[in-house]
Amino acid sequence: MLLGGMDRDQPAPRQRRSSVPSTGPGPAAFAGILFPGGPVPEEREVREPEFFADLNLDRIVAAITAGKEEYNLTGLFHMPLGDVDGVAFRQEIMRDLDHAPLIDDLGAFAETMRAVRAHLARAAQATHRAEKQRWFVDAAELYGDGVVRLVGDLKRAPVASRGLSAFRDHAAGYVGSDRFRSLISEAKRVKANLGAIRYRLGVFPLRVEVGSFDGESDYGAEIGALFERFRQGDVEAYAFAAPDADVLTKVDAMILDRVAEMHPEAFVRLAAFHAEHEDFPDPAVLAFDREIQFYVACREYIDRFRQAGLSFCYPSISGGRKESRSRGGFDLALAEMLLAEHRAVVCNDFDLGGTERILVVTGPNRGGKTSFARAFGQIHYLASLGCPVPGEEAHLPLCDRVFTYFEREEDVADLSGRLKEDLTRIHAILDRATPQSLVVINEIFSSTTLRDATILSRKIARHLIERDLLCVWVTFIDELTELGEETVSMVAGPNPDQSSERAYRVVRRPADGLAYALSVAEKHRLDRNAIEKRLKP
Amino acid sequence: MKTRLLHRDRNFDRSSQLPWNEAALTTDLELATLVDAMSQGDAVVSGVARSAILTSFGNDIDTIRYRQEVLRDCLDNADVVREMYAIVAAASEREIDVGRSSLSRNPDWVLRWATATIGADLGALEQLRHLAEAHRQSFASAGLGGLLSFLTTDLNADYCVAVRHHLGRLKFRDGLLLGGTLGKGNKGDDYILLEPPAGGSLGWAARQPWLARLIDRFLPQQTGAFGFTIDPLDETGIKALASLRNRGVALVAGALGESVEHIRSFLAALRSELAFYVGCVNLHERLRRIGIPTCVPVPAASENGELTFDGLCEPALALTIGRVVVGNDVRADDKGLILVTGANQGGKSTFLRSVGLAQLMMQSGMFVAADAFRASLVDGIATHFRREEAADLDSGKLDDELARMSDIVDHVTPHMMIMFNESFAATNEREGSEIARQIISPLIKRRLRLLAVTHFYELARSFAGEGEDRVLFLRAERHQDGRRSFRIVPGEPSPTGYGEDLYREIFSNGKPAANEATRTSMSRKA
Repeated sequence: MLLGGMDRDQPAPRQRRSSVPSTGPGPAAFAGILFPGGPVPEEREVREPEFFADLNLDRIVAAITAGKEEYNLTGLFHMPLGDVDGVAFRQEIMRDLDHAPLIDDLGAFAETMRAVRAHLARAAQATHRAEKQRWFVDAAELYGDGVVRLVGDLKRAPVASRGLSAFRDHAAGYVGSDRFRSLISEAKRVKANLGAIRYRLGVFPLRVEVGSFDGESDYGAEIGALFERFRQGDVEAYAFAAPDADVLTKVDAMILDRVAEMHPEAFVRLAAFHAEHEDFPDPAVLAFDREIQFYVACREYIDRFRQAGLSFCYPSISGGRKESRSRGGFDLALAEMLLAEHRAVVCNDFDLGGTERILVVTGPNRGGKTSFARAFGQIHYLASLGCPVPGEEAHLPLCDRVFTYFEREEDVADLSGRLKEDLTRIHAILDRATPQSLVVINEIFSSTTLRDATILSRKIARHLIERDLLCVWVTFIDELTELGEETVSMVAGPNPDQSSERAYRVVRRPADGLAYALSVAEKHRLDRNAIEKRLKP
Repeated sequence: MKTRLLHRDRNFDRSSQLPWNEAALTTDLELATLVDAMSQGDAVVSGVARSAILTSFGNDIDTIRYRQEVLRDCLDNADVVREMYAIVAAASEREIDVGRSSLSRNPDWVLRWATATIGADLGALEQLRHLAEAHRQSFASAGLGGLLSFLTTDLNADYCVAVRHHLGRLKFRDGLLLGGTLGKGNKGDDYILLEPPAGGSLGWAARQPWLARLIDRFLPQQTGAFGFTIDPLDETGIKALASLRNRGVALVAGALGESVEHIRSFLAALRSELAFYVGCVNLHERLRRIGIPTCVPVPAASENGELTFDGLCEPALALTIGRVVVGNDVRADDKGLILVTGANQGGKSTFLRSVGLAQLMMQSGMFVAADAFRASLVDGIATHFRREEAADLDSGKLDDELARMSDIVDHVTPHMMIMFNESFAATNEREGSEIARQIISPLIKRRLRLLAVTHFYELARSFAGEGEDRVLFLRAERHQDGRRSFRIVPGEPSPTGYGEDLYREIFSNGKPAANEATRTSMSRKA
């Protein structure tokens, strides 16, 4: 019986001071690109909020972070930003990423850093000293080239956000620093020395001899040239298996030792490089490599929908006011599923202005009510993370938390027990909600009589209005739609005036009055269509 | 290294697609008889001949001339060409596919196999070269001249000696020499193979590894350069050493393996292209023996609408009966429709076949069975011949004929030749004539070349009356006494097909008389 919303122990995040030591002289220390006030270490540990599953946000976050598990981004999606500036900070960076070449450049950088990590891992595994040191210097070279290229890309791109501008300046300073320059130049020198080494191998039945190379020509190429005149066209090349890939065998190691004896200076330099630059990656660069993936992941996720013709927008966030408007929004989890089946996605609008606070949604089952309620919750929540939201336009308040009440099918138990549970849950929600909270209710009190349900619902609605809470309430109780100026009636499903294709549209209009009876009948497969199918012998 | 005996600029593509109606063409034009005479039982020859003949619509005038020159050389030097073909055929018969079996993952194995195979094929190539050197002067065509030049220069004696020499050194029995660099993780990389030392001396240490091992242990660096020995009981070490050796061997094994395939594909291409000409020579000799004339045909541009010949015979018929047959003379330049009417079994079908075969043979670059032949190129041939089974005249057969006709219309090309043999005979003359006319008129307007054999007088008359100057009327010649000469001559259509002649022939003496015409038609039906 867990509650929707965040745990009592974790306070909503506030402005944090930077906890990263500054890496160079500069007017202000670089503080990461996720929070304007600097990184929040707990963000890696934040548990999934209770309401995630009800709103299918767990699926959405899983889809966004798929393939990027190494960056450990999930916690960030569990932590709504508490202030309007935090949202603006992230939206600015998202907008910078609208520039397609920048996404490609960041992809290249991510690829490079992955390769650097892979090289460092090989270095750690290697047993032979010179093998380890070689992987290490290769990693350093890749890293150096990657950072230089990234700085160039950032300078070239139209970067307007505070976050990326700050990183760009910091990285430019880093690249110009003595420490970095000596790292790169030494790495290249070491590599050049090693790259210039040539040796001669005599491979005999039980013996290998290593000697110096005298510039002899490539006999294999000569042989190839000898038969060139017979070439007819292209023929499939022979692929001989190479079982040990780039792992040093025993023989390779012995050869390497002999080569090192023949070229001592190059190997001494190699060892020295390893000793001197053991911690070469800059912490700010490493942090950026991870943090930028938050934005890249969102962008890549959004682009999938955009390619199918669906819109996303940057919501304008108001700190204090409660007005909430959205045009053309949709349920992301449902949309992903529909697109995979090449089916159309229905978009809906909602509008709560002035004193309006509660959207009361009625209509038959499978008419799109629950998806609409989910979309309402998703849109507000994603806005609070600083992300773009589904739809063409949105003006939203900043919510601190979301509370959900969704029916739990498994709690069938006895009906009186069920009602008690409903009331306990909703009481807890009302208790913990703040004026900035959002409440999503999906079919409550369905286990009791209509009369009781109506009375109880009115009371709960009163409480919601008193606390001035923003809410979407899916119900079969039509009376709720006309409680007062705070409630707005929205109806799902086919409108007799409209064609049947709009079956899932949720529109703002008075309730039909048929909702309850029909929905209960459908639930038990006792509507006319279902009965006819069941009676068929 | 291209063979280029059938095309100036490329090898003959043995696998190019046959035309959509290849089955009908083969049957209606008796192509199988022709191809059999060319192949004399050699499956390669019959396959190539069939393919070359049926895909000849793509050949331009230059290609035809190119082949005619090569054919001239072959006819003048038939023995040499046959000998070349025999050498290449023998070499091609040897097993090839072993190279790509599961064993092909092992470089040592591939090296040994490739070396042996190249050595054997080299022998065949040298035989060809000897032939080329001996007879180079007798060949004048660009095609064969080019091939023989290649054999004498690119495969000259020095080259073959060099190849054998190097193949001998690629045995690596005592070991091999490599040049290396340091790659990822400082593992050896980018190896190149170095030339094995002359005389096979690879150092005493290689010969006496146990002694070298002792010295290594007690007096390191005494064995010259820096060397180390692997203990034969050191399994990991032995495996690692084998892996290194494989990398070295692989540097040449792949290239040699591919070279084998290149040589093989050269020999296969040469075999196919020579096969075509061997087939032509075979056919030429047989026709000569029977007494059928042959000539070098003159190809003309498609747009010109030319068709003129003297003494054109039907070679498949001649081959079947083994005797000389009647030849025909026709002047049909710029005639869109040649309409042949006249006596039953007077040689009309044979006439159609002779034109079809001659066109195909010319476009393939072959000779033609005539005294003289000149025609524009066509880009397709379609036949609408009466099928033997359509003996009963019910409407199902008309359906079938119309369906086949529709198929042809689907495939019409701008310079197609279409031959109608008793089309729509499944219905009566009035209907059949009208149907045929509806089809033929638009086709004439498109400037296709049409030949039609028909006993529908109505159809023939409809073209005669309109003063069509693009129609040529021919008749199967008939003597006064009713005998057929089997000659096709210019003549207006006449209302009767002289069936009465046949009746009299067959019913004279109260029993059927066996004569040329019936014997021929019976052997045809068989």
